[in-house]
Amino acid sequence: MNANATPTNPERTKSSGKQGQGSKLLQTLLVPALAVLTGFIIGAIVIALSNDAVIVAYRNFFHAPGAALAATWKAISIAYGSLFYGSFGSLPEIYRGFQSYSATGNSKALLQAIYPFTESLATVTPYILAGLAVAVGFKCGLFNIGAEGQFGIGALTSAFVGYSIHGLPWYIHLPLAMLAGAAGGALWGAIPGLLKGLTGAHEVVTTIMMNYISYSLSNWLLNGPMKAPGFRPLTPVVENAAMLPRFFPAPLRFNWGFIVALAVAALVYWFLFKTTIGFEIRAVGANPDGARYAGMNIVKNFVIAMTLSGALAGLAGASQVLGIDHWVGQGFSAGYGFDSIAIALLGQSHPLGVVLAAFLWGTLRSGATSMQFTAGVPIEIISIIQGLVIVFVAAPAVIRWIYRIRAIRTETTVLTRGWGK
Amino acid sequence: MPPVLELRGITKSFPGVLANDAIDLSLEKGKILALLGENGAGKTTLMNILYGLYKPDKGQILINGQEVVIHGPSDAIARGIGMVHQHFMLIPVMTATENVMLGVESIRNGIFLDKAKVAKRIQEISKQYDLEVDPQAYIGDLPVGSQQRVEIIKVLYRQADILILDEPTAVLTPQEVEGLFKVLRSLVASGKSIIFITHKLKEVLAIADQIIVLRSGRVVGSVDTKSASQEKLAAMMVGRAVNLVVKKKPASPKDVVLSVKDLFVRDERQNLTVNGASFDVRAGEVLGIAGVQGNGQTELVYALTGLSPLVSGEICIMDKPVHHTSPRNILERGVAHIPEDRQKHGLILTFPVQDNLVLCTYYQPPFAKGLALQQKIILETAEKLVEQYDVRTPNIFVPVSTLSGGNQQKVIVAREFSRPIHLLIASQPTRGLDVGSIEYIHSRIVEKRDEGTAVLLVSPELDEIIALSDRIAVMYKGQIVGILPAARINKAYLGLLMAGVKPSEALETTPATIQEAEVERVF
Repeated sequence: MNANATPTNPERTKSSGKQGQGSKLLQTLLVPALAVLTGFIIGAIVIALSNDAVIVAYRNFFHAPGAALAATWKAISIAYGSLFYGSFGSLPEIYRGFQSYSATGNSKALLQAIYPFTESLATVTPYILAGLAVAVGFKCGLFNIGAEGQFGIGALTSAFVGYSIHGLPWYIHLPLAMLAGAAGGALWGAIPGLLKGLTGAHEVVTTIMMNYISYSLSNWLLNGPMKAPGFRPLTPVVENAAMLPRFFPAPLRFNWGFIVALAVAALVYWFLFKTTIGFEIRAVGANPDGARYAGMNIVKNFVIAMTLSGALAGLAGASQVLGIDHWVGQGFSAGYGFDSIAIALLGQSHPLGVVLAAFLWGTLRSGATSMQFTAGVPIEIISIIQGLVIVFVAAPAVIRWIYRIRAIRTETTVLTRGWGK
Repeated sequence: MPPVLELRGITKSFPGVLANDAIDLSLEKGKILALLGENGAGKTTLMNILYGLYKPDKGQILINGQEVVIHGPSDAIARGIGMVHQHFMLIPVMTATENVMLGVESIRNGIFLDKAKVAKRIQEISKQYDLEVDPQAYIGDLPVGSQQRVEIIKVLYRQADILILDEPTAVLTPQEVEGLFKVLRSLVASGKSIIFITHKLKEVLAIADQIIVLRSGRVVGSVDTKSASQEKLAAMMVGRAVNLVVKKKPASPKDVVLSVKDLFVRDERQNLTVNGASFDVRAGEVLGIAGVQGNGQTELVYALTGLSPLVSGEICIMDKPVHHTSPRNILERGVAHIPEDRQKHGLILTFPVQDNLVLCTYYQPPFAKGLALQQKIILETAEKLVEQYDVRTPNIFVPVSTLSGGNQQKVIVAREFSRPIHLLIASQPTRGLDVGSIEYIHSRIVEKRDEGTAVLLVSPELDEIIALSDRIAVMYKGQIVGILPAARINKAYLGLLMAGVKPSEALETTPATIQEAEVERVF
């Protein structure tokens, strides 16, 4: 039976509209936030269970329950403490570093103190762009599994433009190299878009195939035409003029790519929600039949969305090459494309959500190394936590059940459609 | 003797909605009880409770005076309750016999299906209750009326004493409805009891012994059919007096706006469903296309609006051919379309009300400047339309999916009517709507006609066609088998045409009945 026979509040007031949107935002954030929390709680249990000292302490649980609990607490707090330190550094250290810098003019301590956090931000950068790529696909009802390949192609094209052209000023060379990355990814995304629009070939299949093509293509390029002199399959280092400027001296790698990524996120938001093309893309994604009824061209929108998605993934590759690595090696794109799917899911395909999710992903990745180093907790714990978060986001019913949240009556968001039409 | 079925104080709430509020009901043996109410009144919830699909929050169910708890459909069947769903639960590639025995298969020699035994039982049931069905026929080959008889046999085969029929007449021709009523009468004559769920007043008066009217989950009236009238029932359903007749002046048709010649269209499965249809619609008139569902009406409308390609033929709007152009091109020529399936085609359900109100015009000024949407103008326009078309919504930012069916339809009507249009194609514009919304949408359509818009109305509801149309075309197997001025037509004649009887023969069998049209409307 129709449970919503009559709306509860027939009055129309603008203020109630704003309120409704506010609580909607809260509801939207609630499940991902709880998913992250739950992921960390289960991660803590895994950390405790994989710690020898904790296991030993629990053997004597009945003699010394306090010791067992203390050991558990110690294991978890050291692991998460070092993870946090690895991701953000520590405030007192930054403060001391700042004091010594202002007193003596020596920036060494300060740079050391801000290293973890800036490194996290540098890691976040490609995640933002690649996450946006998958999110744009989702908005049009397309599941772009090919961000991986588009990322790799974008990295190669930007590197090529970066090292093969000489003598350009930075304000031409850098944008050119970035655009080359975007164009490479766009091409790699447009092909599945066209195939989908014109022949109905499912984008999941075609983007996976495009990934394989990109792997083989980059292997060949790195061992042949694009190989730098030497033994290893690497491209030459890009020209200085093509590099994204870094904010601090080495080894800090935090660079302008982060600002570019944030700006692109804002641009994607504007494009999706404030322009006619974005309106069409979202309409096609939400209900292709309705979009066709309203006179929208489905094929055109599939191609636009996949091209844009590919361009964003390519830009992510470019940001990594021009901002961090400065050259491309084999297996360069490994993992970014698939992490970006997770980020888009966690961010609920909204640009702001993607930025937040990418922030979580990047900081976790960046802090994981320090956790392994300091606490001896294997880096794989982070993958477990990330995996759990995605499971919970994908199955919100589990989270609602755990935390006894009543489901709000909303339409299920269609991220992608089944096979066939 | 206690009633066969008694419900006492049944209450069921869903988050935010009280679907059933202390409902009392009793069904006497050998009687037909009609459960009348608008969509959303709580009829289906109540029946799902009775059939064990929902658990009531409160209340008792008594069968033959004994309190029972029904845990699921199999439990309900075991207690002699049978349900005939609105959408048939039959497997088209199986025979009637196979469908009937599905789930309660008779077995011979341990492993073999005993179809002969089942077929024999089916024949016995058919004979006993006047339910004519060929046990060997494949369901896919049977007309809808026969399929429904198979559903009823299925229930009787499981030895049901209480039959629940959910909107059983929605898919039938008038003649088939008569046939169904005959069956129902013979069922009650032999001691079965029936609950008949519907929102059609005329049928209730024709068949029921007792009528219970539900509104917003509550019983608002329990009347004897003898003392009931359409007006009274309608008022009870809606909660106010309702105008049952569409008031309209005679049409004054002008130039031809839509002209269709020898149209052939295939459906999604590549069957030729429109087979050479030809007709014209003039400015200022309503042409109604009557016909049983599935005779090509859907594909006809898809072709006219550019959603399906044509096989051959010609469609002209204001003398310009529009076949082989895009849906947008057709929209821009001043065609409005109220689609048959409002949730599939008419709306983007997850989009807010305001975006749905500009779904066909968002790219044109003043709603867009270049690429940029003009949010402020969209918002103002939406506020205005919501006011003007009386769309009941908390605000224009909520997803349109949260609105009731009637209000969703009003969003579509508001959007389509607020554009400059020459032709309105309205396909089942009141499907599934409550009486109040039907009244509203009908009057708006007549208003458009009077403004000089050409209107093509497609509906399987004969009463709707008769109430609104100036001319009526009957569609059968993809062809227009006859076009008549509405004033020269009556339901019996239309029913025969809809069932495939040739116009000349139909005239012979109903010569005396071709008189003034019935202007009365039934829901």
